[in-house]
Amino acid sequence: MSIDMAQFHQVFFEESFEGLDVMESGLLNMDPGAADPEEINSIFRAAHSIKGGGGTFGFSHISDFTHVMETLLDEMRDGRRPVTSDALNVLLRSVDVLREMLAATSEGADHDVEQANLQQQELEKILSGEAGASPVGKTESTASAETMGQSLGWHIVFRPLPHMLRTGNDSLRIIRELEELGDLQVEGDVSALPSIDEFEPEDSYLSWNLHLHGDISREAIDDIFDWVEDDCELAVMPIIDEAAVAKAEAATSEPVAETPKLQAVAKPEDRRKSDRRQTSAAASSSIRVDINKIDTLINMVGELVITQSMLSMLGEESEGTSVADREERMRDGLAQLERHTRELQESVMQIRMLPISFTFSRFPRLVHDLSSKMGKKIELKMSGENTEVDKTVIEKIGDPLVHLVRNSLDHGLEMPEERIAAGKPEVGTVQLNAFHKGGNIVIEIRDDGRGLNRDRILSKAIENGLVPEDHALSDQQIYELIFQPGFSTADVVSDVSGRGVGMDVVRRNINELGGGVEIESTPGEGSAIVIRLPLTLAILDGQTVIVGDETYIVPLVSIVESIQVSSEKINRVAGRGETFKLRDEYLPVVRLHEVFGVANAKTKELDEGLLVVVEGEGRRCGLFVDDLMGQQQVVIKSLEANYGKVDGISGATILGDGSVALILDIQGLMRLAREGRYDTELRQIA
Amino acid sequence: MSEETTNQFDAEAGDEKPGDEYLTFILGEEDYGVDILRVQELRGWEVVTRIPNSPDYVKGVLNLRGAIVPVFDLRQRLGMEEMPYSKETVVIVLRVNNQTGQRSMGIVVDAVSDVLNAHTETIRNTPEFSHEITTEFISGLAEADGKMIMLLDVDKLLNDDSESKYDDAEVV
Repeated sequence: MSIDMAQFHQVFFEESFEGLDVMESGLLNMDPGAADPEEINSIFRAAHSIKGGGGTFGFSHISDFTHVMETLLDEMRDGRRPVTSDALNVLLRSVDVLREMLAATSEGADHDVEQANLQQQELEKILSGEAGASPVGKTESTASAETMGQSLGWHIVFRPLPHMLRTGNDSLRIIRELEELGDLQVEGDVSALPSIDEFEPEDSYLSWNLHLHGDISREAIDDIFDWVEDDCELAVMPIIDEAAVAKAEAATSEPVAETPKLQAVAKPEDRRKSDRRQTSAAASSSIRVDINKIDTLINMVGELVITQSMLSMLGEESEGTSVADREERMRDGLAQLERHTRELQESVMQIRMLPISFTFSRFPRLVHDLSSKMGKKIELKMSGENTEVDKTVIEKIGDPLVHLVRNSLDHGLEMPEERIAAGKPEVGTVQLNAFHKGGNIVIEIRDDGRGLNRDRILSKAIENGLVPEDHALSDQQIYELIFQPGFSTADVVSDVSGRGVGMDVVRRNINELGGGVEIESTPGEGSAIVIRLPLTLAILDGQTVIVGDETYIVPLVSIVESIQVSSEKINRVAGRGETFKLRDEYLPVVRLHEVFGVANAKTKELDEGLLVVVEGEGRRCGLFVDDLMGQQQVVIKSLEANYGKVDGISGATILGDGSVALILDIQGLMRLAREGRYDTELRQIA
Repeated sequence: MSEETTNQFDAEAGDEKPGDEYLTFILGEEDYGVDILRVQELRGWEVVTRIPNSPDYVKGVLNLRGAIVPVFDLRQRLGMEEMPYSKETVVIVLRVNNQTGQRSMGIVVDAVSDVLNAHTETIRNTPEFSHEITTEFISGLAEADGKMIMLLDVDKLLNDDSESKYDDAEVV
């Protein structure tokens, strides 16, 4: 074939990995004995696509391996083989092996041949073992055909349907490929050719009788016809004797040959789509976008073009209209332009949004594997899988979530006996919830286990020198300690957790995404990790605040309220730190002009300025500023691209007048303020 | 102004080996030069947004067509006396290479003077001074009209100190 197939590899691997995910979740959902045929069908389809693709791209080890899986699935689908938990487990393991094979192949490395062979043997064992009640189906017939056809060759009757050429397939190319397999005799059949005045140049009228001699597998032939099997009448018969050939020829006149039945499950549209997609093999990541989103986008652009032409027409017509009239229309046009630009912006943002199920889909397997490994009974409940989040979030949140779920399974949930003793149901529950709240996406990992061990964390932290011994800490502050970099869970390390990323890395990853983590825990009843993430990483709702002659943006999501305090509500702590009482809570005051060293702040007295009550990482404080300005959406620009990380600042943005304003990182700011205070304390002790 | 000048430089650069041309500018009584191929743009001084807790020589950030570009005061960076900014004060936006790629940074200078043609063989090494005088950013000395021109190593000047920049920031 003259097309460079390498350019499609990337797409093939991406689709195959998606297919594997489908297979995996399907297998996990399946109940032994009572399998849903539709479920098996979707697993089968995924396997079939991987096999087809593997064959097309010449990854024969992949297609061979998948073929065995496919055969097993095919029998299950037809009800010829019972769905046993044994078979399901073997299939699940095969999915893993296949995934490794694909990963190795995509990197150009060699896969673990031994492991693949072992797994294949296991699959074959199931296939040959207590084989289904009446395995008279396809497998046997092909098998027998193969053994017979090996020496002689194949007789192929290939009759393209009239529309085949329009699907982008060329009979000539197929014949040329067949020729590469062995000695090929071609007989063209022109009987269907119409007279010249009825001839449609784009239709296909020819058909062929092909005799392919040599030791060729049925697989190889099927692979060649893989792309066209829905667009032609095809019969492939081993050359045994003349009588059989004659019979087969008769059979093709009725298109109900055995092959189309098998292929009917593979969606031809999908294939053609991937065939034509001109993705380069470069390691760029791609994104699947719902076609509706693209349609909306195109509509938006259309509207924008109309508005633009309307405005430029307005500029051209100078006579015959009054100035006031033109002004009026100009204003209308600009208003339209503004509306369309905003809508366009929103729909472009939508493109980057993917459902969180991309991340969640790996957890059923994880829980399934870990629960059997640890001997715990665990049920995983997921909700809100369709909540859409930014693609970057999907990519970066995966590992932290795995870590948190592992922690929950390992440390949170108790062994069955322990649970029964505590009067809880034997089966522990882990919930993964995703939902929108305010301007945030919230992801919760909730378990009904024993909860965090407050005393153990505290003693561990004291042991590690993270907190002084006689320091009074609230429960919440103690739970927060597990996020400290130095906090080691050394004595609770197990095979499952306690390695890989630590909680501090989890928190850092989440903070990098502009989000935060909080812990809720009730001893004996369970714990929950609540992750908050911004909806989008590019735009933020901000509140403009003024300090001296500097302008800062406070993310609206972290603002609880803004208040003016009277001086009697302010208390001093140890002569330096200030707190104020908000309802029944004492909150520290962070003077922005002090933390940021703003030279000419207008108000130094707390009752003259404003306190913006902000919240981050479960803590609150009052941010003291001179004044509040408007609220607006700001585009987040990176400060790190050309400069570097600045404590207390998460980024920058450009205001309407072209000047730059810095966006506050509330958590970082509070840390900065806290550390500042620690420093002075330390210095005084020393 | 910036575009005209750069275009003119580009045309001249065609005849010469790259790296032979330097944009020269003044700091007080002294003349400095930077590799012209590193110059992105010249701008008049405008008010920038201060970055809190940054070293003194970091004046702030400005909006360069949507990119946030930090601006350093070269006088302060080199430990010279500060000067109030005037109409002549210019920000030279430079392209700086570092391990992770390219960055854009601006330096504030008193005024831009000329374009200097200097062949590699005419550039002399910087003599050693007492350790109080910073010479690590100076890659060599060139001469034009009897004046000595100090050629600055842009990458060292705006990059190598990045760690110390954070240290400073933390001390503050």
